[in-house]
Amino acid sequence: MTDRQHPGRPTSPGWGRRTAMLLVPGLLALAACTGPAATPTPAASDTAPTPTTSPTPTASESTTLTVVTHDSFALSQELLDEFAAQTGYTVTYVAPGDAGSLTNQLVLTKDSPLGDVVFGIDNTFAGRALDEDVVVPYVAEALPEQEAATFAADDTHRLTPIDFGDVCINADLAWFAEHELGVPTTLEDLADPAYRDLLVVSSPATSSPGLAFLIATVEAQGEDGYLDYWQRLRDNGLLVAQDWTEAYTVQFSGSSGQGPRPLVLSYATSPSFEVVDGATHTGALLGTCFRQVEYAGVIAGAQNEVGAQKFIEFLLSDAVQADIPEQMYMYPVQRSVELPAEWVEFAPLAQRPYTMTPEAITEGRDTWIRDWATTVIG
Amino acid sequence: MVTGLTVRDAVVRYTTTEGDTRRPPNRRPILSWVPPPRPKPGATRTITAVDGVSLDVGPGEIVALLGASGSGKSSLLRAIAGLEPLASGSVAWDGADLARVAVHKRNFGLMFQEPALFPNLDVGANVAYGLHALPRARRSSVAAEFLELVGLPGFARRRVTELSGGQAQRVALARSLAPRPRLMLLDEPLSALDRALRERLVEVLGEVLRATGTPAVHVTHDQDEAFALADRVAVLADGALLQVGTPAELWRQPASAAVARFLGYGTFLTDADAATLGVGRLAASGLVGLGPASLVLDAGGVRLPVRAENVRRGYVSIKVELPSGQVAEVRAPEATGLDAVGVRLDPDAVAVVRDADPTAR
Amino acid sequence: MRLRVGPALGWGAAAGVPLAFLGVFFAWPVAALVGRGLFPDGALTLEGFASVLASPRTGRVVTTTLAQAVAGTLASLALGLPAAWVLYRTRFPGRGIARAVVTIPFVLPSVVVGVAFKSLVISTGPLGFLGLDGSFAIVVAALAFFNTAVVVRTVGGLWAGLDGRPAEVAAVLGATPRRVFATVTLPALAPAIASSAALVFLFCASAYGVVMVLGGPAYGTIETEIWFLTNQLLDLTAAAALSVIQLVVVTISLVISERLQSRLTQAQRLRTGESGIPRWRWRRDGWATLVTGLVVVLVALPLGNLVVRSLRTASGWGPDHYVALVAGPSGPLSIPVGDAIGNSLRTAVLATVLALVLGVLVSLVVSRRPRSRVGRRALSVLDQVFMLPLGVSAVTVGFGFLITLNRPPLDLRSSMALVPIAQAIVALPLVLRVLLPVLRAIDPRLREAAAVLGAGPGRVLASVDLAMASRGLGLATGFAFATSLGEFGATSFLARPDAPTLPVVVFRLMGRPGWENQGTGMAAAVLLAVMTATVMALAERMRPMEATTW
Repeated sequence: MTDRQHPGRPTSPGWGRRTAMLLVPGLLALAACTGPAATPTPAASDTAPTPTTSPTPTASESTTLTVVTHDSFALSQELLDEFAAQTGYTVTYVAPGDAGSLTNQLVLTKDSPLGDVVFGIDNTFAGRALDEDVVVPYVAEALPEQEAATFAADDTHRLTPIDFGDVCINADLAWFAEHELGVPTTLEDLADPAYRDLLVVSSPATSSPGLAFLIATVEAQGEDGYLDYWQRLRDNGLLVAQDWTEAYTVQFSGSSGQGPRPLVLSYATSPSFEVVDGATHTGALLGTCFRQVEYAGVIAGAQNEVGAQKFIEFLLSDAVQADIPEQMYMYPVQRSVELPAEWVEFAPLAQRPYTMTPEAITEGRDTWIRDWATTVIG
Repeated sequence: MVTGLTVRDAVVRYTTTEGDTRRPPNRRPILSWVPPPRPKPGATRTITAVDGVSLDVGPGEIVALLGASGSGKSSLLRAIAGLEPLASGSVAWDGADLARVAVHKRNFGLMFQEPALFPNLDVGANVAYGLHALPRARRSSVAAEFLELVGLPGFARRRVTELSGGQAQRVALARSLAPRPRLMLLDEPLSALDRALRERLVEVLGEVLRATGTPAVHVTHDQDEAFALADRVAVLADGALLQVGTPAELWRQPASAAVARFLGYGTFLTDADAATLGVGRLAASGLVGLGPASLVLDAGGVRLPVRAENVRRGYVSIKVELPSGQVAEVRAPEATGLDAVGVRLDPDAVAVVRDADPTAR
Repeated sequence: MRLRVGPALGWGAAAGVPLAFLGVFFAWPVAALVGRGLFPDGALTLEGFASVLASPRTGRVVTTTLAQAVAGTLASLALGLPAAWVLYRTRFPGRGIARAVVTIPFVLPSVVVGVAFKSLVISTGPLGFLGLDGSFAIVVAALAFFNTAVVVRTVGGLWAGLDGRPAEVAAVLGATPRRVFATVTLPALAPAIASSAALVFLFCASAYGVVMVLGGPAYGTIETEIWFLTNQLLDLTAAAALSVIQLVVVTISLVISERLQSRLTQAQRLRTGESGIPRWRWRRDGWATLVTGLVVVLVALPLGNLVVRSLRTASGWGPDHYVALVAGPSGPLSIPVGDAIGNSLRTAVLATVLALVLGVLVSLVVSRRPRSRVGRRALSVLDQVFMLPLGVSAVTVGFGFLITLNRPPLDLRSSMALVPIAQAIVALPLVLRVLLPVLRAIDPRLREAAAVLGAGPGRVLASVDLAMASRGLGLATGFAFATSLGEFGATSFLARPDAPTLPVVVFRLMGRPGWENQGTGMAAAVLLAVMTATVMALAERMRPMEATTW
């Protein structure tokens, strides 16, 4: 179990950056928006050993709240402190892995839940969480119906969408300009011999964006055609990296690693982090994107269901939603929230990203990964 | 034609970075966050352990290097073996300089205070270790031969951990002699043993060395051991050679007060002492040192007050006070019980240090 | 013993406490998870097991694992032994720094090492012309990069204290330096070599991150398979089958190592102080120095690359990333770097104390020499049992934690305590490997002498065993501390996002796009390397004053 040499936990990239901004407005916003029950729980007194009054007869509550998140979870410390102060809970955050690992751990611990509320299950793993009933229904008050309908994992309200992002091929625009080559735009272009030996993707077997991209190709080429497509990518000199970090920071020519490949699998927001002197020299190929949605949910068997619900409302509050781009590099689901200026300029979303229902993903995921490995890695 | 070992103006220096060696070990904390004083490179101390020593060892000759601890005798021995580089000077064998001859090509034998047997080999294999030049079949018979020579026949298959201290040292002796070295180097090989064993092994050592005709350099701080074994004794102090000579020469005519004192002449006569004892003539030309047999009881001699009488094995040691206030020993067959006794100086049993610096008194 | 409890009871407790610790925090979780896989519905199902065993992929994976571990171990030994000689048996200016530098890789998070190594060997990298990318050789080189330090430290520690006189006698008896080494020095070092080889083998067999990055996606070992099956697919049955295979491989290697060590161990005199250590000389030490130079190059190239990348900014060169690191949470960091360092140090102190307490207990027990054969065998089995965690997948242990430590009084899944506990379990074998050779080399006559002098069993322990063990304590502390500082596998499972350690910060930063994040991540890794080197250098200086000098 050593693994000092081991971190290689597949990583989802692209989260979290700044902390200190937006704090004051954030706090104000938060004050106006505390949870569904509307009855702010007074700071739990030390003498109360058992759950205090619940807003609904069935929901449990206690003085502690355990939040289970993925390992890229980050929010401004001031917001987290404010949440704890408002609710009076002793809040513990645990981050036992990436989205996949997180979901699997929740499934494994169904009979003795890891915590009260989960944040970070994405749509590539949502199906498994739903199938295994690790989360229970909750209708978030702060989520407008339109957004709920757009991002819902299914119609049971067990997973509440919090943020989303597009996994897309990124191009080193400077490289293409220098080589006087047109920038590819579609998945099909990537298999074009003109772009031979230019693409690096991270493996779907070990990385979250890799899996997202695999699903995009299944959606685009169909279950019958995607393996053939990957075969063509392979014949066209595709390089498969272990994880996002290797692909982006070692192999990609457009970032700090200054590697050999000008096309890399990353996020639609990545170009906004390559801005130097007010201009970016990378761009996302918006025709190649898969839309990733991250959900929160009340864990089945939670000791503090009320707290779990409050935390979900907290995640949907304007202050947190505004903090998400800075901290976790994802788009907030609340469209009313203003985005960072750099994103508006350099990180547009795909108009028609590839999508797939969590149900369909869960159905096919393991088979696709195994077949992919046989085809591409051999 | 020079034969045997020739050491000329040998100088051995150590550079030490260890600053804390002087502190008694038991006074040091077992664990300390404060590092031992560790001088920066360049701030190292250089110690001259051997300072210009010249020495010859002829064929079959046993030479003892006698000195207190820290006198440089072991360093000289290690330099002869090739285990320490010479800062200057030379070590030669039969006239050929050994400076460029590696340790393992010198064909010397070496024994330490500890047997330093190889724990992974049995007794026989230890003795046979230096016999790699012999055909394999011959090795064990030669080893057995030498084990017999040191009085341990049949020990070949024993494990070295099963040996007593004396046995282990005998095995070490057999091991170093088996390859028939042209010179034996003995670094206090007996000092870890008890007295009786030591006395017996000194004899064994002497017999074996003489039987094999092996010349030897024997480092020791024990005068008796040196005198018992050596043909010649070299006295060292502070890295310098004070005197070389046969045991008899050394005993009669130490070259300096320091040598005399080290050999066991505890008392040096002052003018007043000399006049009282009637040896003024001798005193004028040098120092007179009194050893254990220098004063004899003589009822008609000079009367000196008795300070103490102690019974020893085989004699009584009477401490008498000289006019200068120094104490000297007189040996008598039995206790006198007197306050004062008459003593006479035996001129043949004193050490006369000629040309001594009078201030050395 | 002071309490006049029977010695047997005392020894029982000394062995029992660490065993209970290992049982609760290792054996139970692993058994529970493997059990879930083997008994999916309460009944033993061997179908999945059989299908995994029958799959040709399994054979390939096992072969790759063994080949990688053996090659990594041999490479580490080939580099580590000469380096141990130069760094521990000769004196030269800067030796302390050299010793510390060699240890740095041991604690670097593999995400950083993977990036640093990979950047060197890809086609456009400085070493791209060698064509090593994705090769077995580069995986082995990376494993040697990590593990040479283990060999250097464990063997060097014993070597430095070795009585030099048998070697001198051998030389005087006409043995060439090569023969002296083979017949005198090597046998004396053999226990330390065998024990460090066992450690390195386990580290190599269970390496994950760097193997994945450097080996490429086609490269599969037992460890990567278990990781994938458990973490991604939650196929516990197949994972359990592989875990059993992993346990068998690890157990066999431990049995071999135990046999070797018990055959090779011999009571030998140790001495201390530098007095016997000669100054560096070209003629004698030249070749070993060349190998050590190779080690330094192996260490320096990726580290140098790391430093270079930490200084390279989007607009040129500069200390910007370090400034961002120090400036605190306004830049790419979510918490002040001082907090991360504090978290790391706090955890490391706890883990070190735990590992040392347990390590001293276990090593005292294991270094006994019972009269019965059965007793001796039992002790060496006990010794090897504590090595097991190094060879078992972190994901198995981590997932096992989730389904075992989930009820009071052991509801520790979200507790901060679990991180130092997990790290202590990883550090414990290292502590044992450092302490045991020292304790085993104690001349039993010392204990007898103390007993005859009127010391009770407790005082014998304190005045002989503990006093001698303290020789290794500095190094053991350094190892435990450094292991904890750099540990990531267990930590990543148990990490608290609000209290990340420095490796977690590095990992997070490296998982984000942009020059600023990447560079700051590299700067944080450099900081981690500097901290490690400092800790090891301090441990080096904390070496004990000796009770005896010869």
